[in-house]
Amino acid sequence: MNVHVTRRIVYLVVALAVIIPMLFLKGKPVTVSEPVLNAFQAIDTLKEGSYILISTDYGPGTMPEVNPMVYAIVRHAFRKNLKVVYLSVVDALGLALGDQVIKNVAQEYGKEYGKDFVNLGFKPGAEAVIVSLGKEIRDIFPEDVRGVPLDSMEITRNIHNLKDFAIVVDFASGYGITAWIRYAQARFGVFLVGCVTAVMGPENYPYLDSGQLKGLVAGLKGAAEYETLLGKPAIATRGMPAQSAVHILIIVLIVIGNILYLLEKRKRK
Amino acid sequence: MRKEVPLLITILTAFIVILAFFLTPLAQTQQILLRWYAIIGGFAMFVGVWNLLKKHVFQVSRGKNTFYSLVLVLGFFMTFAFGIYSIVKYKDAFYINSPFMFNFNYVLAPLQSTMFSLLAFFMASAAFRAFRIRRLEAALLLFAASIVMLGRVPAGYALWHKLPLIAEWIMKIPSMAVQRGIGIGITLGAVGMSLRIILGIERPYLR
Repeated sequence: MNVHVTRRIVYLVVALAVIIPMLFLKGKPVTVSEPVLNAFQAIDTLKEGSYILISTDYGPGTMPEVNPMVYAIVRHAFRKNLKVVYLSVVDALGLALGDQVIKNVAQEYGKEYGKDFVNLGFKPGAEAVIVSLGKEIRDIFPEDVRGVPLDSMEITRNIHNLKDFAIVVDFASGYGITAWIRYAQARFGVFLVGCVTAVMGPENYPYLDSGQLKGLVAGLKGAAEYETLLGKPAIATRGMPAQSAVHILIIVLIVIGNILYLLEKRKRK
Repeated sequence: MRKEVPLLITILTAFIVILAFFLTPLAQTQQILLRWYAIIGGFAMFVGVWNLLKKHVFQVSRGKNTFYSLVLVLGFFMTFAFGIYSIVKYKDAFYINSPFMFNFNYVLAPLQSTMFSLLAFFMASAAFRAFRIRRLEAALLLFAASIVMLGRVPAGYALWHKLPLIAEWIMKIPSMAVQRGIGIGITLGAVGMSLRIILGIERPYLR
Protein backbone atom coordinates (compact mmCIF):
# COMPACT_ATOMS: atom_id res chain seq x y z
CA MET A 1 0.00 0.00 0.00
CA ASN A 2 1.14 3.54 -0.73
CA VAL A 3 2.95 5.16 2.24
CA HIS A 4 0.74 8.26 2.08
CA VAL A 5 -2.44 6.18 2.09
CA THR A 6 -1.19 4.09 5.05
CA ARG A 7 -0.32 7.25 6.96
CA ARG A 8 -3.79 8.68 6.35
CA ILE A 9 -5.42 5.46 7.55
CA VAL A 10 -3.32 5.59 10.75
CA TYR A 11 -4.33 9.25 11.30
CA LEU A 12 -7.99 8.37 10.80
CA VAL A 13 -7.83 5.43 13.23
CA VAL A 14 -6.09 7.62 15.86
CA ALA A 15 -8.75 10.32 15.43
CA LEU A 16 -11.52 7.75 15.88
CA ALA A 17 -9.75 6.23 18.91
CA VAL A 18 -9.85 9.66 20.55
CA ILE A 19 -13.27 10.88 19.41
CA ILE A 20 -15.43 7.77 19.99
CA PRO A 21 -14.46 7.16 23.65
CA MET A 22 -14.66 10.92 24.33
CA LEU A 23 -18.23 11.00 23.03
CA PHE A 24 -19.61 7.74 24.36
CA LEU A 25 -17.60 6.69 27.44
CA LYS A 26 -17.73 8.51 30.77
CA GLY A 27 -14.64 7.23 32.50
CA LYS A 28 -14.48 5.66 35.94
CA PRO A 29 -12.36 6.45 39.01
CA VAL A 30 -8.83 5.18 38.48
CA THR A 31 -6.23 3.39 40.62
CA VAL A 32 -4.05 5.83 42.51
CA SER A 33 -0.25 5.68 42.35
CA GLU A 34 2.04 6.52 45.27
CA PRO A 35 3.44 9.82 43.89
CA VAL A 36 -0.07 11.24 43.40
CA LEU A 37 -1.21 9.98 46.80
CA ASN A 38 1.79 11.74 48.36
CA ALA A 39 0.94 14.97 46.53
CA PHE A 40 -2.65 14.74 47.74
CA GLN A 41 -1.62 14.05 51.33
CA ALA A 42 0.90 16.90 51.29
CA ILE A 43 -1.96 19.34 50.62
CA ASP A 44 -4.58 17.50 52.64
CA THR A 45 -2.57 17.68 55.86
CA LEU A 46 -2.19 21.48 55.73
CA LYS A 47 -4.00 23.57 58.30
CA GLU A 48 -6.85 25.85 57.28
CA GLY A 49 -5.55 29.31 56.33
CA SER A 50 -2.10 28.03 55.29
CA TYR A 51 -0.55 29.60 52.24
CA ILE A 52 -0.05 27.70 49.00
CA LEU A 53 2.11 29.17 46.22
CA ILE A 54 1.19 28.05 42.72
CA SER A 55 3.46 28.58 39.75
CA THR A 56 1.81 28.07 36.37
CA ASP A 57 4.77 27.40 34.09
CA TYR A 58 3.04 25.84 31.10
CA GLY A 59 1.63 26.95 27.79
CA PRO A 60 -1.49 26.47 25.65
CA GLY A 61 0.16 23.49 23.90
CA THR A 62 0.08 21.45 27.09
CA MET A 63 -3.07 23.04 28.47
CA PRO A 64 -5.32 19.98 27.90
CA GLU A 65 -2.96 17.93 30.03
CA VAL A 66 -2.07 20.45 32.74
CA ASN A 67 -5.31 22.40 33.22
CA PRO A 68 -7.14 19.37 34.74
CA MET A 69 -4.36 19.16 37.36
CA VAL A 70 -4.76 22.86 38.18
CA TYR A 71 -8.51 22.38 38.53
CA ALA A 72 -8.08 19.38 40.86
CA ILE A 73 -5.41 20.92 43.09
CA VAL A 74 -7.00 24.36 43.34
CA ARG A 75 -10.34 22.70 44.20
CA HIS A 76 -8.54 20.81 46.94
CA ALA A 77 -6.89 24.01 48.19
CA PHE A 78 -10.12 26.02 48.29
CA ARG A 79 -11.98 23.12 49.85
CA LYS A 80 -9.37 23.15 52.64
CA ASN A 81 -9.67 26.98 52.88
CA LEU A 82 -6.03 27.53 51.97
CA LYS A 83 -4.82 30.94 50.78
CA VAL A 84 -3.79 30.68 47.13
CA VAL A 85 -1.04 32.89 45.74
CA TYR A 86 -0.12 32.32 42.10
CA LEU A 87 2.41 33.53 39.59
CA SER A 88 4.48 32.39 36.65
CA VAL A 89 8.25 32.42 36.27
CA VAL A 90 8.61 30.73 32.88
CA ASP A 91 5.65 31.35 30.60
CA ALA A 92 3.39 34.42 30.63
CA LEU A 93 0.76 32.41 28.76
CA GLY A 94 0.73 29.88 31.61
CA LEU A 95 -0.29 32.67 33.94
CA ALA A 96 -3.28 33.54 31.74
CA LEU A 97 -4.31 29.87 31.61
CA GLY A 98 -3.89 29.29 35.34
CA ASP A 99 -5.63 32.55 36.13
CA GLN A 100 -8.80 31.46 34.33
CA VAL A 101 -8.87 28.08 36.05
CA ILE A 102 -8.25 29.56 39.51
CA LYS A 103 -10.91 32.24 39.01
CA ASN A 104 -13.42 29.60 37.86
CA VAL A 105 -12.75 27.43 40.91
CA ALA A 106 -12.78 30.47 43.19
CA GLN A 107 -16.26 31.28 41.92
CA GLU A 108 -17.32 27.67 42.54
CA TYR A 109 -16.22 27.97 46.20
CA GLY A 110 -17.25 31.62 46.71
CA LYS A 111 -13.69 32.84 47.25
CA GLU A 112 -12.72 36.49 47.13
CA TYR A 113 -9.81 38.05 45.22
CA GLY A 114 -7.30 39.76 47.49
CA LYS A 115 -8.59 37.86 50.53
CA ASP A 116 -8.49 34.20 49.54
CA PHE A 117 -6.43 34.28 46.36
CA VAL A 118 -4.16 36.63 44.48
CA ASN A 119 -2.40 36.75 41.12
CA LEU A 120 1.13 38.15 41.41
CA GLY A 121 1.82 38.14 37.66
CA PHE A 122 4.66 36.98 35.46
CA LYS A 123 8.34 37.81 35.69
CA PRO A 124 10.93 36.41 33.28
CA GLY A 125 14.17 34.86 34.53
CA ALA A 126 12.97 31.78 36.40
CA GLU A 127 16.00 31.09 38.62
CA ALA A 128 16.58 34.73 39.53
CA VAL A 129 12.91 35.25 40.32
CA ILE A 130 12.80 32.14 42.54
CA VAL A 131 15.91 33.18 44.48
CA SER A 132 14.40 36.64 44.99
CA LEU A 133 11.15 35.08 46.18
CA GLY A 134 13.19 33.16 48.72
CA LYS A 135 14.36 36.44 50.24
CA GLU A 136 11.60 39.03 49.83
CA ILE A 137 8.62 38.73 47.50
CA ARG A 138 8.25 42.52 47.29
CA ASP A 139 11.69 42.82 45.70
CA ILE A 140 10.40 41.14 42.57
CA PHE A 141 6.61 41.45 42.91
CA PRO A 142 5.94 44.71 44.77
CA GLU A 143 2.33 44.62 43.54
CA ASP A 144 -0.14 42.13 42.12
CA VAL A 145 -1.00 41.77 38.42
CA ARG A 146 -3.53 44.64 38.71
CA GLY A 147 -0.96 47.00 40.23
CA VAL A 148 -2.31 46.76 43.80
CA PRO A 149 0.55 46.93 46.36
CA LEU A 150 0.99 43.68 48.29
CA ASP A 151 0.85 45.50 51.63
CA SER A 152 -2.64 46.77 50.90
CA MET A 153 -4.17 43.31 50.43
CA GLU A 154 -5.24 41.09 53.30
CA ILE A 155 -3.83 37.93 51.72
CA THR A 156 -0.33 39.25 51.03
CA ARG A 157 0.15 41.65 53.93
CA ASN A 158 1.96 39.14 56.09
CA ILE A 159 3.87 37.07 53.58
CA HIS A 160 7.44 37.98 52.75
CA ASN A 161 9.27 35.01 51.29
CA LEU A 162 9.03 31.34 50.33
CA LYS A 163 9.25 30.26 53.97
CA ASP A 164 5.81 31.78 54.56
CA PHE A 165 4.26 29.23 52.24
CA ALA A 166 3.28 25.84 53.62
CA ILE A 167 3.67 24.36 50.17
CA VAL A 168 4.71 25.30 46.64
CA VAL A 169 3.05 23.60 43.67
CA ASP A 170 4.59 23.97 40.25
CA PHE A 171 2.57 23.19 37.13
CA ALA A 172 5.21 22.74 34.47
CA SER A 173 5.58 21.68 30.89
CA GLY A 174 9.27 22.49 30.65
CA TYR A 175 12.26 23.41 32.75
CA GLY A 176 10.24 25.36 35.35
CA ILE A 177 10.08 22.37 37.67
CA THR A 178 13.87 21.95 37.60
CA ALA A 179 14.32 25.59 38.53
CA TRP A 180 11.90 25.25 41.47
CA ILE A 181 13.66 22.08 42.68
CA ARG A 182 17.18 23.52 42.36
CA TYR A 183 16.50 26.95 43.80
CA ALA A 184 13.33 26.90 45.91
CA GLN A 185 13.71 23.41 47.37
CA ALA A 186 17.47 22.90 47.51
CA ARG A 187 18.25 26.42 48.67
CA PHE A 188 15.27 27.43 50.80
CA GLY A 189 13.96 23.98 51.73
CA VAL A 190 10.39 24.58 50.61
CA PHE A 191 7.82 21.80 50.56
CA LEU A 192 7.46 21.21 46.82
CA VAL A 193 4.92 19.29 44.74
CA GLY A 194 5.43 18.89 41.00
CA CYS A 195 2.62 18.68 38.45
CA VAL A 196 4.10 17.93 35.06
CA THR A 197 3.20 16.55 31.65
CA ALA A 198 3.25 12.76 31.25
CA VAL A 199 6.51 12.74 29.27
CA MET A 200 8.21 14.71 32.04
CA GLY A 201 7.11 12.22 34.71
CA PRO A 202 10.04 9.75 34.48
CA GLU A 203 12.72 12.47 34.59
CA ASN A 204 11.28 13.75 37.86
CA TYR A 205 11.20 10.41 39.68
CA PRO A 206 14.76 10.83 41.05
CA TYR A 207 13.60 14.00 42.87
CA LEU A 208 10.75 12.05 44.42
CA ASP A 209 13.18 9.44 45.66
CA SER A 210 15.51 12.07 47.10
CA GLY A 211 12.57 13.69 48.90
CA GLN A 212 12.99 16.99 47.06
CA LEU A 213 9.54 16.52 45.59
CA LYS A 214 6.90 15.61 48.16
CA GLY A 215 4.57 14.39 45.46
CA LEU A 216 4.30 14.17 41.71
CA VAL A 217 1.24 14.42 39.50
CA ALA A 218 2.12 13.49 35.92
CA GLY A 219 -0.10 13.81 32.88
CA LEU A 220 -3.82 13.41 32.44
CA LYS A 221 -3.67 10.10 34.33
CA GLY A 222 -2.12 11.88 37.33
CA ALA A 223 -4.91 14.44 37.21
CA ALA A 224 -7.53 11.65 37.02
CA GLU A 225 -5.92 10.00 40.07
CA TYR A 226 -6.12 13.30 41.95
CA GLU A 227 -9.78 13.67 40.97
CA THR A 228 -10.40 10.15 42.28
CA LEU A 229 -8.81 11.09 45.61
CA LEU A 230 -10.89 14.26 45.77
CA GLY A 231 -14.00 12.19 45.09
CA LYS A 232 -14.90 14.57 42.26
CA PRO A 233 -14.33 12.93 38.86
CA ALA A 234 -14.02 15.67 36.24
CA ILE A 235 -12.39 16.35 32.90
CA ALA A 236 -9.29 14.17 33.42
CA THR A 237 -11.38 11.13 34.40
CA ARG A 238 -13.51 11.69 31.30
CA GLY A 239 -10.34 11.68 29.18
CA MET A 240 -9.14 8.30 30.47
CA PRO A 241 -11.09 6.06 28.04
CA ALA A 242 -9.65 8.02 25.06
CA GLN A 243 -6.14 7.77 26.51
CA SER A 244 -6.60 4.01 27.09
CA ALA A 245 -7.77 3.57 23.49
CA VAL A 246 -4.83 5.47 22.01
CA HIS A 247 -2.25 3.67 24.18
CA ILE A 248 -3.63 0.29 23.11
CA LEU A 249 -3.82 1.45 19.50
CA ILE A 250 -0.14 2.46 19.45
CA ILE A 251 0.91 -0.94 20.81
CA VAL A 252 -1.29 -2.68 18.24
CA LEU A 253 0.17 -0.51 15.45
CA ILE A 254 3.73 -1.41 16.47
CA VAL A 255 2.83 -5.12 16.48
CA ILE A 256 1.09 -4.91 13.06
CA GLY A 257 4.01 -2.90 11.66
CA ASN A 258 6.45 -5.58 12.80
CA ILE A 259 4.33 -8.47 11.45
CA LEU A 260 4.18 -6.74 8.04
CA TYR A 261 7.94 -6.16 8.21
CA LEU A 262 8.62 -9.86 8.94
CA LEU A 263 6.29 -10.99 6.16
CA GLU A 264 8.00 -8.66 3.68
CA LYS A 265 11.43 -9.90 4.81
CA ARG A 266 10.36 -13.50 4.31
CA LYS A 267 8.94 -12.71 0.87
CA ARG A 268 12.23 -11.09 -0.17
CA LYS A 269 14.17 -14.24 0.83
CA MET B 1 38.43 46.75 25.86
CA ARG B 2 35.49 45.36 23.84
CA LYS B 3 36.50 41.90 24.97
CA GLU B 4 37.97 42.56 28.41
CA VAL B 5 35.06 44.53 29.92
CA PRO B 6 32.31 41.95 29.14
CA LEU B 7 34.66 39.21 30.32
CA LEU B 8 35.33 41.02 33.59
CA ILE B 9 31.60 41.57 34.14
CA THR B 10 30.93 37.86 33.52
CA ILE B 11 33.68 36.69 35.89
CA LEU B 12 32.74 39.12 38.68
CA THR B 13 29.00 38.45 38.46
CA ALA B 14 29.47 34.69 38.35
CA PHE B 15 31.78 34.66 41.37
CA ILE B 16 29.52 36.94 43.43
CA VAL B 17 26.47 34.76 42.69
CA ILE B 18 28.36 31.55 43.49
CA LEU B 19 30.02 32.90 46.67
CA ALA B 20 26.70 34.31 47.91
CA PHE B 21 25.58 30.70 48.37
CA PHE B 22 28.21 30.38 51.11
CA LEU B 23 28.91 33.94 52.34
CA THR B 24 25.94 35.79 53.84
CA PRO B 25 27.44 39.33 53.49
CA LEU B 26 27.26 38.93 49.72
CA ALA B 27 23.54 38.11 49.78
CA GLN B 28 22.49 41.75 49.29
CA THR B 29 24.80 42.20 46.28
CA GLN B 30 23.50 38.97 44.84
CA GLN B 31 19.93 40.20 45.28
CA ILE B 32 20.76 43.37 43.34
CA LEU B 33 22.36 41.31 40.56
CA LEU B 34 19.32 39.05 40.40
CA ARG B 35 17.05 42.07 40.11
CA TRP B 36 19.20 43.31 37.23
CA TYR B 37 18.97 39.86 35.67
CA ALA B 38 15.15 40.01 35.76
CA ILE B 39 15.21 43.51 34.23
CA ILE B 40 17.63 42.38 31.50
CA GLY B 41 15.36 39.35 30.94
CA GLY B 42 12.45 41.73 30.30
CA PHE B 43 14.53 43.78 27.86
CA ALA B 44 15.74 40.60 26.14
CA MET B 45 12.10 39.65 25.51
CA PHE B 46 11.51 43.13 24.10
CA VAL B 47 14.57 42.82 21.82
CA GLY B 48 13.37 39.38 20.68
CA VAL B 49 9.92 40.70 19.80
CA TRP B 50 11.47 43.73 18.05
CA ASN B 51 13.77 41.54 15.93
CA LEU B 52 10.97 39.17 14.97
CA LEU B 53 8.71 42.03 13.99
CA LYS B 54 11.44 43.83 12.04
CA LYS B 55 12.23 40.68 10.05
CA HIS B 56 8.61 40.05 9.10
CA VAL B 57 7.77 43.69 8.33
CA PHE B 58 10.83 43.65 6.05
CA GLN B 59 9.58 40.48 4.36
CA VAL B 60 6.13 41.97 3.83
CA SER B 61 7.65 45.11 2.33
CA ARG B 62 9.79 42.98 -0.03
CA GLY B 63 6.83 40.84 -1.03
CA LYS B 64 8.60 37.65 0.07
CA ASN B 65 6.59 35.00 2.05
CA THR B 66 4.06 37.77 2.45
CA PHE B 67 1.11 35.77 3.73
CA TYR B 68 2.67 34.21 6.85
CA SER B 69 4.63 37.37 7.66
CA LEU B 70 1.47 39.45 7.33
CA VAL B 71 -0.42 37.08 9.65
CA LEU B 72 2.38 37.43 12.21
CA VAL B 73 2.52 41.22 12.00
CA LEU B 74 -1.27 41.61 12.12
CA GLY B 75 -1.50 39.04 14.93
CA PHE B 76 1.11 40.93 16.93
CA PHE B 77 -0.57 44.33 16.59
CA MET B 78 -4.02 42.89 17.20
CA THR B 79 -2.88 41.18 20.42
CA PHE B 80 -1.01 44.31 21.50
CA ALA B 81 -4.03 46.53 20.86
CA PHE B 82 -6.35 44.11 22.69
CA GLY B 83 -3.94 44.01 25.64
CA ILE B 84 -3.73 47.80 25.92
CA TYR B 85 -7.51 48.19 25.52
CA SER B 86 -8.15 45.53 28.20
CA ILE B 87 -5.76 47.16 30.65
CA VAL B 88 -7.34 50.59 30.10
CA LYS B 89 -10.94 49.37 30.25
CA TYR B 90 -10.80 46.55 32.81
CA LYS B 91 -7.56 47.46 34.64
CA ASP B 92 -6.49 43.85 34.04
CA ALA B 93 -5.53 42.26 30.71
CA PHE B 94 -6.46 38.86 32.18
CA TYR B 95 -10.05 39.91 32.96
CA ILE B 96 -12.10 36.94 31.71
CA ASN B 97 -14.39 38.94 29.38
CA SER B 98 -11.67 41.22 28.02
CA PRO B 99 -10.84 41.23 24.26
CA PHE B 100 -7.29 40.17 25.15
CA MET B 101 -8.52 36.99 26.84
CA PHE B 102 -11.01 36.40 24.03
CA ASN B 103 -8.13 36.48 21.55
CA PHE B 104 -6.05 34.29 23.87
CA ASN B 105 -8.80 31.70 24.46
CA TYR B 106 -10.21 31.46 20.98
CA VAL B 107 -7.20 32.08 18.74
CA LEU B 108 -3.85 31.53 20.42
CA ALA B 109 -4.66 28.66 22.80
CA PRO B 110 -6.52 26.51 20.20
CA LEU B 111 -3.74 27.09 17.64
CA GLN B 112 -1.02 26.00 20.05
CA SER B 113 -3.08 23.07 21.34
CA THR B 114 -3.68 21.95 17.75
CA MET B 115 0.03 22.04 16.98
CA PHE B 116 0.79 19.98 20.07
CA SER B 117 -2.03 17.48 19.55
CA LEU B 118 -0.69 16.69 16.06
CA LEU B 119 2.09 14.89 17.93
CA ALA B 120 -0.29 12.02 18.74
CA PHE B 121 -0.88 11.42 15.03
CA PHE B 122 2.81 11.63 14.13
CA MET B 123 3.75 9.34 17.03
CA ALA B 124 1.20 6.71 16.01
CA SER B 125 2.31 6.89 12.39
CA ALA B 126 6.00 6.71 13.35
CA ALA B 127 5.34 3.79 15.71
CA PHE B 128 3.64 1.90 12.89
CA ARG B 129 6.21 2.64 10.18
CA ALA B 130 9.52 2.92 12.01
CA PHE B 131 9.51 0.89 15.26
CA ARG B 132 11.09 -2.35 14.07
CA ILE B 133 12.20 -5.08 16.49
CA ARG B 134 15.53 -5.89 14.88
CA ARG B 135 17.49 -6.54 18.07
CA LEU B 136 16.99 -7.72 21.64
CA GLU B 137 17.32 -4.15 22.97
CA ALA B 138 14.46 -2.99 20.75
CA ALA B 139 12.33 -5.93 21.95
CA LEU B 140 13.07 -5.05 25.58
CA LEU B 141 12.23 -1.41 24.93
CA LEU B 142 8.92 -2.34 23.32
CA PHE B 143 8.08 -4.75 26.15
CA ALA B 144 8.82 -2.20 28.88
CA ALA B 145 7.08 0.62 26.99
CA SER B 146 3.97 -1.51 26.43
CA ILE B 147 3.75 -2.37 30.12
CA VAL B 148 4.15 1.27 31.14
CA MET B 149 1.69 2.48 28.50
CA LEU B 150 -0.90 -0.06 29.57
CA GLY B 151 -0.17 0.26 33.28
CA ARG B 152 -0.68 4.03 33.13
CA VAL B 153 -4.26 3.80 31.84
CA PRO B 154 -7.41 2.22 33.34
CA ALA B 155 -7.53 -0.32 30.48
CA GLY B 156 -4.30 -1.84 31.83
CA TYR B 157 -5.87 -2.37 35.25
CA ALA B 158 -8.90 -3.95 33.57
CA LEU B 159 -6.63 -6.33 31.63
CA TRP B 160 -4.65 -7.39 34.68
CA HIS B 161 -4.88 -5.67 38.06
CA LYS B 162 -1.12 -6.01 38.66
CA LEU B 163 -0.10 -4.10 35.51
CA PRO B 164 -0.15 -0.65 37.19
CA LEU B 165 2.13 -2.01 39.95
CA ILE B 166 4.62 -3.41 37.42
CA ALA B 167 4.50 -0.13 35.47
CA GLU B 168 5.20 1.78 38.67
CA TRP B 169 8.12 -0.55 39.46
CA ILE B 170 9.61 0.07 35.99
CA MET B 171 9.30 3.82 36.55
CA LYS B 172 10.72 3.68 40.08
CA ILE B 173 13.66 1.32 39.55
CA PRO B 174 15.11 0.80 36.02
CA SER B 175 13.78 4.01 34.49
CA MET B 176 14.83 6.10 37.50
CA ALA B 177 18.33 4.62 37.43
CA VAL B 178 18.67 5.65 33.79
CA GLN B 179 17.24 9.10 34.49
CA ARG B 180 19.75 9.56 37.30
CA GLY B 181 22.61 8.64 34.98
CA ILE B 182 21.37 11.04 32.33
CA GLY B 183 20.81 13.75 34.96
CA ILE B 184 24.30 13.39 36.41
CA GLY B 185 25.81 13.45 32.91
CA ILE B 186 23.90 16.58 31.90
CA THR B 187 24.75 18.34 35.16
CA LEU B 188 28.46 17.54 34.88
CA GLY B 189 28.36 18.88 31.32
CA ALA B 190 26.58 22.04 32.49
CA VAL B 191 29.13 22.56 35.31
CA GLY B 192 31.99 22.13 32.84
CA MET B 193 30.43 24.53 30.36
CA SER B 194 29.67 27.10 33.08
CA LEU B 195 33.30 26.96 34.26
CA ARG B 196 34.51 27.49 30.71
CA ILE B 197 32.26 30.55 30.38
CA ILE B 198 33.21 31.95 33.81
CA LEU B 199 36.92 31.54 33.06
CA GLY B 200 36.51 33.14 29.65
CA ILE B 201 37.46 30.03 27.65
CA GLU B 202 34.04 30.02 25.97
CA ARG B 203 32.72 33.45 24.99
CA PRO B 204 29.42 32.92 23.14
CA TYR B 205 28.14 36.32 24.31
CA LEU B 206 30.96 38.11 22.46
CA ARG B 207 30.04 36.72 19.05
